[in-house]
Amino acid sequence: MAPVIDTLRLTAEGAKGLLERGEISAAELHAAYLDAIGVRDEELHCFLSTVDRPEGAGVPIALKDVISTKGVETTAGSKILSGYVPVFDSTVAARCKDAGLPLLGKTNLDEFAMGSSTENSAFGPTRNPWDPTRVPGGSGGGSAAAVSAGLAPWALGSDTGGSIKQPSALCGNVGLRPTYGTVSRYGIVAFASSLDQVGPVAKTVRDVALLYSLIAGRDPLDSTTAELPEPVRLPEADSLAGVRIGVPTELNEAEGIEPGVAVAVERAIALAEELGAEVGACSLPRSVRYGMPCYYLIAPAEASSNLARYDGVRYGPRVEDESYQEMVERTRDEGFGDEPKRRIMLGTYALSAGYYDAYYGRAQKVRTLIGEEHREALEQFDVLVSPTSPTVAFPIGERAADPLAMYLSDVLTIPSNLAGLPGLSIPCGLSEGLPVGLQLIGPQFGENLLFRVGHALEQALEFDTVPERLR
Amino acid sequence: MAISREEVQHVARLAWLALSPEEIERFAGELDKILDAIGIVAELDLDGVQPTSHPLDLVNVWDDDVPRDSLPREDVLANAPLADGGLFKVPTWRQ
Repeated sequence: MAPVIDTLRLTAEGAKGLLERGEISAAELHAAYLDAIGVRDEELHCFLSTVDRPEGAGVPIALKDVISTKGVETTAGSKILSGYVPVFDSTVAARCKDAGLPLLGKTNLDEFAMGSSTENSAFGPTRNPWDPTRVPGGSGGGSAAAVSAGLAPWALGSDTGGSIKQPSALCGNVGLRPTYGTVSRYGIVAFASSLDQVGPVAKTVRDVALLYSLIAGRDPLDSTTAELPEPVRLPEADSLAGVRIGVPTELNEAEGIEPGVAVAVERAIALAEELGAEVGACSLPRSVRYGMPCYYLIAPAEASSNLARYDGVRYGPRVEDESYQEMVERTRDEGFGDEPKRRIMLGTYALSAGYYDAYYGRAQKVRTLIGEEHREALEQFDVLVSPTSPTVAFPIGERAADPLAMYLSDVLTIPSNLAGLPGLSIPCGLSEGLPVGLQLIGPQFGENLLFRVGHALEQALEFDTVPERLR
Repeated sequence: MAISREEVQHVARLAWLALSPEEIERFAGELDKILDAIGIVAELDLDGVQPTSHPLDLVNVWDDDVPRDSLPREDVLANAPLADGGLFKVPTWRQ
């Protein structure tokens, strides 16, 4: 008889051990997660679809529904792609298959990954496993909540302005936004191509590192990818001797950071010092004030271009009309929800004649300044730290009616994303009974360093990733 | 900078969105607020700053020209709302 599996506590590494020792079969492991989904997902709504009989003898995985999976519906959380079944695999889905990871299902997200709460999904919101009246963050709320609720041992998300890091923070698990260009975007439903990056979500830093090692590296099908300069190393050390940690004042004292969040982050920084790290203050004078505005010009501009492809011709439902133009315009008005429309409008405006230089052109230059500031700070320090999100998980509905308030959820994750830098969010404590995320930012291709620092802190922090109400 | 209802309508046309009068009204208000918040990029002196279009310093990424099969035609058409005779079918262009 197969052992009883506690999917809430089992790590991917633990599951891999069970499989390797023959203590459980891949089918039994997959079934255990489907059972957990059956029990808890009616309330949480992490999954848009599940897979009953997948291929692969490894640890099962959940994929955010922007990741094209051959033969498995991929909607990007949008009505305009409902019923769309990809006829090819994205490179990351193919690499998961090659590694033998059976697919558990596709996870919920804000429509086209646009949002910070998963409330923008055309198929209804995902709920936070720590408190179902609250959001799991977004856009990858489904992947993050699934990992925390024991519905998947690990998952992939995608991060444009914070869509991996912020939900991981709000759900109390580990999320990596990799260096831009290290993970292929081939077959990923595009949002903002100069920012989009796929990355792992899991309960531990080691699991995240392991999954990253399976998906990262140059892909001939995506010319914006680069080969990793060194192989991924699974972290082991618990000392931080010799590591210089910078605390950017603007990221740690930004307006809107909740006192409980600041306290948990300060405690983690003090712990890093006890583990041997050198800690010092630094400054990113323009990155926080101008990061959000810069992002909300660049990302919508790229989105307005990327989303032009949804025209009712090649895929998705169509609204029939007499002329081609009316068919396309009505199909798009019916098919897109409010947030994609808002961003298409904003981006089209920022790119339109007369405004291009004042908006998009300026934003691209501001992006250069933000990159330079980060590079200078990372000459003095090995990694930079801050809260991942200024707040803990907020109540469902609280920010839904105010686009600007929602945009500010990502004020701390956006700057390093614009700079193309990797960021790791690890849980560092609770505030008001809800998880707080610590953001670690490294230099380009600095993932191994982030894994080392994240792992050492994780061991010292001893955060219990299982939501209190599910223990 | 304020955005007028006429401008919203113009942008909607550029973006191929048949917005309802209610949507135009609402987006005018929302976009106004958002543009106000992001308009602060105008404060910075950006003379001589080069624009960033890509965060990595990749230049001329070459690959060998290896022929491979494209997707079969029936796969390409599989998700089309309307296809006929191996082609995507659409209504006629309004003159």
